[in-house]
Amino acid sequence: MRPTLLAMAGLLCCCAPVAAKSRFTDDPYPSTYKAIASGPVLIEHATVLTGTGTRLDDADVLLVDGKVSAVGQRLQAPAEAIRVDGTGKWVTPGIIDVHSHLGVYPSPGVRAHSDGNEMTAPVTANVWAEHSVWPQDPGFGMALAGGVTSLQVLPGSANLVGGRGVTLKNVAATSYQAMKFPGAPWGLKMACGENPKRVYGGKGGPATRMGNVAGYRAAFIDAAEYRSKNQPKDQQPKKKRWFSRASGGEGNDSGGDTGGKRDLKLDTLAGAINGDILVHIHCYRADEMNIMMDLAKEFGFKIAAFHHGVEAYKVADRLAQEGICGALWADWWGFKMESFDGIQENIAIVDRAPGGCAIVHSDSEEGIQRLNQEAAKVIANARKIGMDISPEHAITWLTANPAKAMGISTVTGTLEPGKMGDVVLWNRNPFSVYAQAEQVYIDGARVYDRHDRSRQPVSDFMLGQGGAP
Amino acid sequence: MIRARLLRRKLLLAAVLGVAASPVAAQDVLIRQATVHTAGNRGTLRDTDVLVQGGVIRAIGSGLAAPAGATVVEAAGKPLTPALFGGISEIGVEEVSGEESTVDSAVSLEHDQPIRPEFDVTLAFNPDSVVIPVARVEGIGFTLVAATTGASFIAGQGGVMRLDGSADPLGPHALFVRLGTDATKFSGTSRAAQWMLLDQLVAEARGRVPADSPHALLTPTGRAVLARYLGGQGRIVVLVNRAADIRRLLRWAAREKVRIAIAGAAEGWRVGPELASAKVPVFVDAFADLPADFDQIGATLENAARLRQAGVEVSFMLGGDSTPNARKLRQGAGIAVANGLPWEDALAGLTRVPAQVLGVADRIGTLEVGKTADMTLWSGDPLDVINTAQQLWLGGRAIPMRSRQTELRDRYLRAAGPLPRAYAP
Repeated sequence: MRPTLLAMAGLLCCCAPVAAKSRFTDDPYPSTYKAIASGPVLIEHATVLTGTGTRLDDADVLLVDGKVSAVGQRLQAPAEAIRVDGTGKWVTPGIIDVHSHLGVYPSPGVRAHSDGNEMTAPVTANVWAEHSVWPQDPGFGMALAGGVTSLQVLPGSANLVGGRGVTLKNVAATSYQAMKFPGAPWGLKMACGENPKRVYGGKGGPATRMGNVAGYRAAFIDAAEYRSKNQPKDQQPKKKRWFSRASGGEGNDSGGDTGGKRDLKLDTLAGAINGDILVHIHCYRADEMNIMMDLAKEFGFKIAAFHHGVEAYKVADRLAQEGICGALWADWWGFKMESFDGIQENIAIVDRAPGGCAIVHSDSEEGIQRLNQEAAKVIANARKIGMDISPEHAITWLTANPAKAMGISTVTGTLEPGKMGDVVLWNRNPFSVYAQAEQVYIDGARVYDRHDRSRQPVSDFMLGQGGAP
Repeated sequence: MIRARLLRRKLLLAAVLGVAASPVAAQDVLIRQATVHTAGNRGTLRDTDVLVQGGVIRAIGSGLAAPAGATVVEAAGKPLTPALFGGISEIGVEEVSGEESTVDSAVSLEHDQPIRPEFDVTLAFNPDSVVIPVARVEGIGFTLVAATTGASFIAGQGGVMRLDGSADPLGPHALFVRLGTDATKFSGTSRAAQWMLLDQLVAEARGRVPADSPHALLTPTGRAVLARYLGGQGRIVVLVNRAADIRRLLRWAAREKVRIAIAGAAEGWRVGPELASAKVPVFVDAFADLPADFDQIGATLENAARLRQAGVEVSFMLGGDSTPNARKLRQGAGIAVANGLPWEDALAGLTRVPAQVLGVADRIGTLEVGKTADMTLWSGDPLDVINTAQQLWLGGRAIPMRSRQTELRDRYLRAAGPLPRAYAP
């Protein structure tokens, strides 16, 4: 049973709790996110990039009941709608970052806040990044000022398998559950190359890249066996809840269709094999991406995206053929050996391959604030080599494509009727260093306004500290 | 846009030779009808020509005649600026920042008198570093190569390097000192001890501690070097962020009569008037807006604008991986503009101000007659990331706009052929 990305995403279309597709993805820490109440909003006379590859000039965007209701020229709006003059301004879908460590490596970066890497074993598929998220990280608010409405928070890359990532809506909250994107699948964070072998080389391994691969394979061999033992048999209507043993019931995990005690690590890996948890792999070099694509075939899982992939341009065609997104920086290079071959046209070349899926990602509390500028750098460098990339196309790198890689593309990532009212109003063409998000809407509510202090979230941490007015 | 075949031939020749910076004679160049951002007293001049002879700017005006044999470049209104500052970096003293064996920027003589102001990182400078062309194709012409913190909060000396192939610094050296939370591990876990140690170092350098004292922290050479800075020769560049530390630093610098510049200064805006009246310039990290640590609670994107408003001379630096990312510096300047810094001040912060602060403004940093012809022609507003550098000249020589990255790009842009890409077409 391996539902396609599309089919999985199809399950997300309603905000009601989503039934787990298997016990591997039951959620004892469910989303408590509630959209902020808001009346209808009509943004008028703006240049609209829909995220579907279309640009509309002098167009309106109507948000009703938290959703995109209509996009087009001279829209009719309910009488009570708040009207926003978008003349000279640009509207895009909310920006989505597929790779963030906000909350798990928050500001200030003191030792007590170092919660992003469970550096105790090379395979920690059992840990969930969400359990490290500190919702008071001031970085969330700064990212919001940069137009970010959704983000995937991942564990770090110290481990071969770092754990589960979580997708959040970028709203201020006192619990991460209140930020948790309803119905979004988890991500599985894996890492290639230098980091795992550096961290574990002196403590039992892996110490080499070949050790890394042996480590992934051993983990997935265990997971495959576990998965087959624990796969629900067909037509078992009276199946007990899988956790009934833990809660004192008479049954237990291995009763009937399960193969033994529940294992958090193998739950996650089995969920990844099933396609219910989307696989995101930190991997810089082209040769290692090729190995990981073979590994995925060996164990029957699908890779949603390679992250960082500074050499993705060397394998752009294969990535496109395999339906794997490249979640990339515009210009990072040279900070370690495996980033030595980084070029500024990487994203453009991955994008150029027929069927290619390019994503601008951050992996940075700084970069997440200006993913639009990162995309602008790509446009600028592509132009130097005769590749003309339009704003309506480039915006998909920050909206529709990350939504796809995160399994939330049926509900956000574009300005299509029925999608979440996640919208950014920019003061100008967003692909400029001077562009600033003026207003940001999440599920139709104005959660950020550059010109209204009452619509700018301030984290608990910043209170009473004499920070910058 | 570039009319002259001469120039193209020269570019090809340089490409064949492999590296830009061969010491061939400077070509005479006439750049016509540029928007010339002088970064100097003349401000911005539209439809203006710049004539370069012998590597030096000879004339700036309209309708200049091209001397025989000069390369003529039609700028068609595009911006021409002084070659940009690459920030406070380790360009030329590191190849891959995370790979220790390629990094020479810090000295760590932990058990053998760790405080070594005499350490001069420019002696490690490699003009053939692969990082240099990567910076140059972005219009960067010079950088302040820094000694970075190794085993002491006194990091040692660096200097201004032009990226034209020269192996030696231009102008005076600078001494780098780090204060605050990032350096407390070198001062017995307290920033208070940084002042304690500084006071002792000054006492030694000023000869108030016998050279053979068992408590001496400095070598004899270190004493001599520090004494030079205390005597006003060369800047002491202090990396510090917290407002309270900056205030103490200003007090210390006034008392000891040393010339300082501040790098970082995340909370500098809180002491803007004091910085201005002490005439202390600041290298701002224009990306810093988060409380990255408890020294930077007041970080704000308006820092550069507020400092300038207070009358402080503002330049830029990068707090992060400043060497591979040197090209991000102009993005920071653009961000500062988006947050209130006047455009002309932002450009000055990438050109004239660092040249003045570092004592090389007689040669570079502005487009003025008599200055070295280090300049960059841009596709559009140089502070906006949507534009790129089209041509860099250093000492009047057109630098090939090639780097290892453009080589990689071009190799993989080509359609696959019968032979692996490792074979040239």
